[in-house]
Amino acid sequence: MPILRLENVTKRYKDHLAVDNVSFEVQPGTIFGMLGPNGAGKTSTIRIITTITGPDSGQVYFQNEKLNRSHPSRMGYLPEERGLYRKMKVGEHLVYLARLKGLSTQDATTKSKAMLDRFEALGWWNKKIEELSKGMQQKIQFIATIVHDPALIILDEPFTGLDPINTSLIQDEIFRLRDEGVTILFSTHRMEQVEEMCENIILIHHGRNILEGNVQAIRNQYKENLYEVQFAGRLPETFGEGIELVKTDQLYATFRVPTMESPNHLLRYLMQAGCEIHGFREILPSINEIFIHQVKGISHE
Amino acid sequence: MSNKIWIVARREYLSRVQKKSFILVTLLTPIGIALFTILIGIIMNAGSKNSQRVVLRDDTGIIREMATEDKNFPYDFSDRELSVLREDYGSLGYDILVYIPPLRDTAAMKIQASYFSKEKPSLVLLESIESRLSDQIETYRMRRSNIDRQLLESFRADVSLENGRLDPGDPASSANTGKLNIIIGTALGGIMGFMMYLVIFIYGSMVMRSVMEEKLSRIVEVMVSSVRPIQLMMGKLIGVGGVGLTQLALWAVLIPIVLTVAAAFLPGVENPQMSGMGNVTQFDQQSLDGFTGQQIIQAIFDLKWWLILPVFIIFFLGGYFIYSSLFAAMGSAINEDMGEGQQLMLPIVFVVLIAFYMLFPVLSNPNGKLAVFASLFPLFSPIIMPARLAFDPPWWQLLLSIVLMLATVWFFIWLTSRIYRVGILMYGKKITLREMFKWLRYNE
Repeated sequence: MPILRLENVTKRYKDHLAVDNVSFEVQPGTIFGMLGPNGAGKTSTIRIITTITGPDSGQVYFQNEKLNRSHPSRMGYLPEERGLYRKMKVGEHLVYLARLKGLSTQDATTKSKAMLDRFEALGWWNKKIEELSKGMQQKIQFIATIVHDPALIILDEPFTGLDPINTSLIQDEIFRLRDEGVTILFSTHRMEQVEEMCENIILIHHGRNILEGNVQAIRNQYKENLYEVQFAGRLPETFGEGIELVKTDQLYATFRVPTMESPNHLLRYLMQAGCEIHGFREILPSINEIFIHQVKGISHE
Repeated sequence: MSNKIWIVARREYLSRVQKKSFILVTLLTPIGIALFTILIGIIMNAGSKNSQRVVLRDDTGIIREMATEDKNFPYDFSDRELSVLREDYGSLGYDILVYIPPLRDTAAMKIQASYFSKEKPSLVLLESIESRLSDQIETYRMRRSNIDRQLLESFRADVSLENGRLDPGDPASSANTGKLNIIIGTALGGIMGFMMYLVIFIYGSMVMRSVMEEKLSRIVEVMVSSVRPIQLMMGKLIGVGGVGLTQLALWAVLIPIVLTVAAAFLPGVENPQMSGMGNVTQFDQQSLDGFTGQQIIQAIFDLKWWLILPVFIIFFLGGYFIYSSLFAAMGSAINEDMGEGQQLMLPIVFVVLIAFYMLFPVLSNPNGKLAVFASLFPLFSPIIMPARLAFDPPWWQLLLSIVLMLATVWFFIWLTSRIYRVGILMYGKKITLREMFKWLRYNE
């Protein structure tokens, strides 16, 4: 049962269609990636899910209920454009945001303290936000997003402006949350992060859903039957039986094998030709390559 | 849901009231007003003192003759030649030399005299010399014609309008329409109207700045994922409005105390309160001359404070919500550039200024047509109705004014929250008023 389901959601602003008939489902306890270049409609879609705006048409379901205004209190949203009240103290700020998510003052205080403790930042409780470094502020923003134990966490470009240490810290935290059963909707234009972290993705371009599914399945679906061989000795001069040499250097060679053949076919062929095989792996396309391929396909239409 | 408005309002209120600058401004303003009042008093006194020394060369002989009988005559005489005096009056210690030539016609109405001075003498000084010289000549002529000046004075008449009792049996029936009440009502009306005008700008721009800061610091999208934009806006309006009420209440207590203390320590300065009010209604101070301090205090106590204060607070809140909701909408549309804000504020400032300038004709005719219209029209009524309060406006007008104002508050909050919710999430684009009108039609 999906935790979040969008059905044919459309949102039009004055001069453009920001979200065009987008549908997808997010399974609980998974990391779901929403991908697309800047201006593709990711933030507009998120604003619909968080009820900041409403769709012009289509339906959104959260935990099997039609989306309503009580739902955002079970979500945590880290927007791309994010900030904090500079004059507030860290503790006060976290409690304030948690209370707005419906927690009592006492719960909000306990949870904020526990969360700061986990990030080894309990000593900041009485510091003003403006006294913190940028990296520290980003940690506080992330804590504020998760402090009320949301069922769904929406992160819009969470890693922009983060240094490598904080990036990996927050990445680990995301995995930990996922393991605890929290669902994460992760929006970015940086495709390589998606491959590392997400199980399922949706690709959005010009407000439209152009690709959706499991990351591995998509990469398999778009694979071009390319194999990389690490070898010693000499490669044969010519190839038969549909095998095609894509590129080669002294140690590695990349081949394309006909679709109906198995990779064993290539191996057999090379061994027969007296080539010594040291390594062999399939090359799957990156999400980035698939995306560019898909976008080109659309603009050719 | 509305619980969230209170959480927001509480933060907005506490974050301002606990600030050092709030405490300082709240405490220092009464002291500043006291100092300002004392300063005005000192300036007024200094201006009325005549420290200029005058020397007369009188070729008529009349003035000198008369002045010998007048112990208070302040000017000196000199018999030196005019040409010498013109050179020397300064070294003799005088500031100004006045020469009265011999009279060609002893009965002349117009008498020409001249003054010589290196620096420009003040108009007040010249007028006082003119009147003293005229007095002496008049007295001299009367004596020559055997007219007793005191007899002439005794013919004078001074008509003064007193307020009649509509009900002869009830001595209080005249109090409400009494002259003193009118004077005090005018002063109070002026003060309240002026305060409303200040309040709208002070707290309105506080709201606007705070909306801008939330937008520019990018906290606002985090906020609206937890609270609806209208709740955020309402919370802010209520919080800042509470700050305004707190500040006004503290001032209402502190300012009289500080002024009383200041008056006690500086006995030379009379009536500091009244000269403070002089900013708005300057004529009051002169017209209060005929009344004793006790009468004035009694009349102030006799005002219907039980009605005036609560109604003032209602209009304070009404005016505050109408205008600061507009300021909030404008603040939401501003990007980094403050100049844009000033442009968008202009129409609001214009309306408030019109209302402010209406105060003067309204106070001079507090139950006239303009006064009635302006105190019912909701964009003006928060400034004009409080000004009319001390003049006992009819009940139906007061109630209608409040109803119209509350309806407008509701309408403006609805209207501006529709602009606000779009504006706060709109970055990097210069927004025009026309565009803001389009946002009104957006779906949520």
